[in-house]
Amino acid sequence: MSNKTTIGDKLRTYLKHPGSFIVMLLVMLAAVITFAVLIFLIAYILINGLPHITPSLFSLEYSSENASVVPAFVNTIIMTLLSLLIAVPFGIFSAVFLVEYAARGNKFIEVIRLTTETLSGIPSIVYGLFGMLFFVNALDWGFSLLAGAFTMAIMILPLIMRTTEEALKAVPDSYREGSFGLGAGKLRTVFRIVLPSAIPGVLAGVILAIGRIVGETAALMYTSGTVAQIPDSIMGSGRTLALHMYNLSSEGLYMDQAYATAVILLVLVVGINALSSVIARKLTKA
Amino acid sequence: MKPKAWTEKFMQGVFFIAACASVLAVALICIFLFANGIPAIREIGFLDFITGQEWRPNSGQFGIFPMIVGSLYVTAGAIIFGVPIGILTSVFMAMYCPKKIYKPLKAATELLAGIPSVIYGFFGLVVVVPLIREFGTALYRAGIVKNPGNGNSILTASLILGMMILPTIIGTTESAMRAVPSHYYEGSLALGATKERSIFRVIIPAAKSGVIAGIVLGIGRAIGETMAVIMIVGNQARLTSSMLEGIRTLTGNIVIEMGYATGLHREALIATGVVLFVFILIINFSVALLKRGADHE
Repeated sequence: MSNKTTIGDKLRTYLKHPGSFIVMLLVMLAAVITFAVLIFLIAYILINGLPHITPSLFSLEYSSENASVVPAFVNTIIMTLLSLLIAVPFGIFSAVFLVEYAARGNKFIEVIRLTTETLSGIPSIVYGLFGMLFFVNALDWGFSLLAGAFTMAIMILPLIMRTTEEALKAVPDSYREGSFGLGAGKLRTVFRIVLPSAIPGVLAGVILAIGRIVGETAALMYTSGTVAQIPDSIMGSGRTLALHMYNLSSEGLYMDQAYATAVILLVLVVGINALSSVIARKLTKA
Repeated sequence: MKPKAWTEKFMQGVFFIAACASVLAVALICIFLFANGIPAIREIGFLDFITGQEWRPNSGQFGIFPMIVGSLYVTAGAIIFGVPIGILTSVFMAMYCPKKIYKPLKAATELLAGIPSVIYGFFGLVVVVPLIREFGTALYRAGIVKNPGNGNSILTASLILGMMILPTIIGTTESAMRAVPSHYYEGSLALGATKERSIFRVIIPAAKSGVIAGIVLGIGRAIGETMAVIMIVGNQARLTSSMLEGIRTLTGNIVIEMGYATGLHREALIATGVVLFVFILIINFSVALLKRGADHE
């Protein structure tokens, strides 16, 4: 244990180098600030919001008296399912193409990489503008869950592509070779061998995408609209939970309900993200 | 051709078409934004639009210079608060953090990234805005500032945005620092440098590209942030030099007025989106270049 420094040794070094000591203190201070801010934010919202979670908040119909979250919650679920239905097949298939089919050094891969990187850097308000111009106006769908879902699908596409790609790359080549050796074709190998072993990674990405859909506001404001009811069909307008919460807090009349909605939204998103990292950790263990 | 070979070919085509989706999406986004925004810029006049200081849609004045400055102000503020704390926190995560608490802390930084922007905005609205209002009043009473402001200010938005870019900066900086070969650090220690000196004089310079890429990504996130900012920044479309006064950002301009805008006003808002999009493309391009630089090192 000769190479282990004691606290005394450390103190002696710091006495000789006061500059280093100050730097060390700054590092510690920064870390404390970062985590204290996070804890404070979560605690503040929970403490102020939990008392306002009342039965009337969960009325089946929204009215200006109860500011119920139920319609917004149902809309969020519909929005999430629709977006995933569109984005997941495209995301997985393009990852399959990139990893399993495209030849290495192919110029087209470079183009796809560049476009997915561009997509993941575009701010949500630009997606919202595009969704409004294309789905709402050009395709004449009006403010609707469908227009919102397509907009969200484009937004989460790079996320699903990237996580699936990483999961596919993590599948050992011996699996593929074994499958080919047994006489399976390429397609069979992809669907029966490679994709099943990559499922945890894909799932972690999908769940992360759900978290983004649930928390999104700017991209949905002018695509799915802000009606506080469950629409009759996916061609109708309806606001999701995050948008509902924005409207409550910007109107200023429903601060108690806004606090309560913030708790629900926060717990939902934190839970979704935690689930994703648990699944991802299982993947690295396996 | 055997039926099996036919399915193989067919599915290969399906995968290829799926892979084209992202290319198509980027193309559509560019086409629709530019096709709807550029006519308005032409009608208003490029220079009048970019450098005009008056935004009065009712009297046909469409100058977005105050909004460009507003976006730059809050982004610069976010960098001032977020970058030092972010880099120092990633030094802690990479070099100081005891193994036992590393996992929960790492999860916490990821959590910070996952919290929706509307929650950050709400937190800013109910916690930071009142604090800054009191701070402004105190400064006003002490005679330091002329206008105490009402709490919805550049400073408030900078603080919240600084918080929001922390996870981006921590994530990229930490992984860049971890990618530096450990013999750099050990060599520096062996030469008698202290741990702190070794970190800040050897590891961080070696991880420079990654650190800068993280900062630029943070800039991209701050400049594109919408909902959190409009809830706390006041949204007055004019120039100001006081940190305690409100201002409007490019993103805010779009969201606030799109609901009722028509005609040239609406097109001018889309053109605002085009300007924002061009900013973001430049930022993305620099990140890509920096990453390439980091890979070559």
